[in-house]
Amino acid sequence: MEDRQLNSSGCGTDGGKCCGGGITPFLVGLVVSLIFGWWVFPDMIYSKKEQPIRFSHKVHMEGAGMECKQCHVLREDGTFAGLPSTASCADCHSDVMGSDPEEARFVNEYVKTGKEVKWLVYQIQPDNVFFSHAAHSLDGCNQCHEFKESELCAQCHPDVANSDSAPTHFENKLTGYSKQTMKMWQCERCHANENHYGVTSSSNACFVCHK
Amino acid sequence: MSSFKEFKIKWGMAIDLDKCTGCGACMVACQAENNIAPQPDASNKLKSLNWLVVYELTNGKPFPEHEVAYLPRPCMQCGKPSCVSVCPVIATDKNEEGGIVSQVYPRCIGCRYCMASCPYHARYFNWFDPTWPEGMDKTLTPDVSVRPRGVVEKCSFCHHRFMQAKDKARVEGRDPNALNDGDYVTSCTEACPNGAIVFGDVNNPAHKVHDLVKGKYAFRLLERLGTDPQVYYISRREWVRRLGDNYLENEKVKG
Repeated sequence: MEDRQLNSSGCGTDGGKCCGGGITPFLVGLVVSLIFGWWVFPDMIYSKKEQPIRFSHKVHMEGAGMECKQCHVLREDGTFAGLPSTASCADCHSDVMGSDPEEARFVNEYVKTGKEVKWLVYQIQPDNVFFSHAAHSLDGCNQCHEFKESELCAQCHPDVANSDSAPTHFENKLTGYSKQTMKMWQCERCHANENHYGVTSSSNACFVCHK
Repeated sequence: MSSFKEFKIKWGMAIDLDKCTGCGACMVACQAENNIAPQPDASNKLKSLNWLVVYELTNGKPFPEHEVAYLPRPCMQCGKPSCVSVCPVIATDKNEEGGIVSQVYPRCIGCRYCMASCPYHARYFNWFDPTWPEGMDKTLTPDVSVRPRGVVEKCSFCHHRFMQAKDKARVEGRDPNALNDGDYVTSCTEACPNGAIVFGDVNNPAHKVHDLVKGKYAFRLLERLGTDPQVYYISRREWVRRLGDNYLENEKVKG
């Protein structure tokens, strides 16, 4: 709104005479639509959602010394299990272990009732994308890189390993997709990088990622 | 003419037409596997859609000599696909190891040049949005995307099964680019009760299909067009092989 006033007053004093009145409404309109397009609309289109339980990855990784793959497992047939079930959390959290009220809430509301938590996933891809977690392994990338497991995951996922609470989930109100989901240009950082060809099995062929 | 890549792996099919009884199990299996929705009017052949069609062939002779054969027709995954060179938006391409012609549905603008250029009629246009009767949507294959109205689709050699087979190999510590015979087969191959369809890597001598396509009675459809299909047919009957291409009346048939 400040921009708009500046602009119109600027044109009103000296611009009014030299360029005529015709350009003022155009400039005002431009500034208003830019403000709308850059700040107002992106806010309107996404609804903000928080995770049903405030989950701390930090406590699990640093406190309990766990690794990503202990909960986010790759199955024997090569598919990725994604998020752990309440039953697998209950392997440790069968009863309240700490003093965090969120943990107590998790145990009471989910473990004792056997309900699954409706976690919000930031990375869900559209229906036409095939992503293989098995293909993006430490073995493959660490032929040249020196990634730790959590660093490799954070190449695509939000870096939650060091945070005490999960980030806000932005859901597109029209499509239902998450704002934070990985875009094709992010995949192409590696897939269109010729240095990777021959070293890894990556290629930029359509059917490598699309279905 | 544009040049096409050569691949180390070449997924291919050998279909024995003498074993095919025309039962149509392959068509059903394909439809179920690849999320092809029930058609509003399946008898309208101008607007219905199948990735795999079984054609009936006949030698055209009267009763005592009358013979029929059935020919299942998936996408030929041509080595030099005419559909790829005509696509204005590169929605279809042949660039992945294995040589399967890809089709990216969100990229397709529905111009249907590829359908016009395909000599095998292997491509189909979605005239309708897919709808499944209540409850039947639960049978959808999760790894196959559903196509909207207005785009072209075709057989992908059950490409999702290829991806699954590679992932399984990776987890087991095997080389995903050296799958064993049978690790990856299409849905139609699996469904055929007579074993008429054999699927595998044509370039790999350890795969059964490698020898089958080199057999005396193996042929490909419209071979002389130069499309270099990856689907081979086998028939010991001369008249069946004759129907596989536009032979002149007195011309000798291959095989």
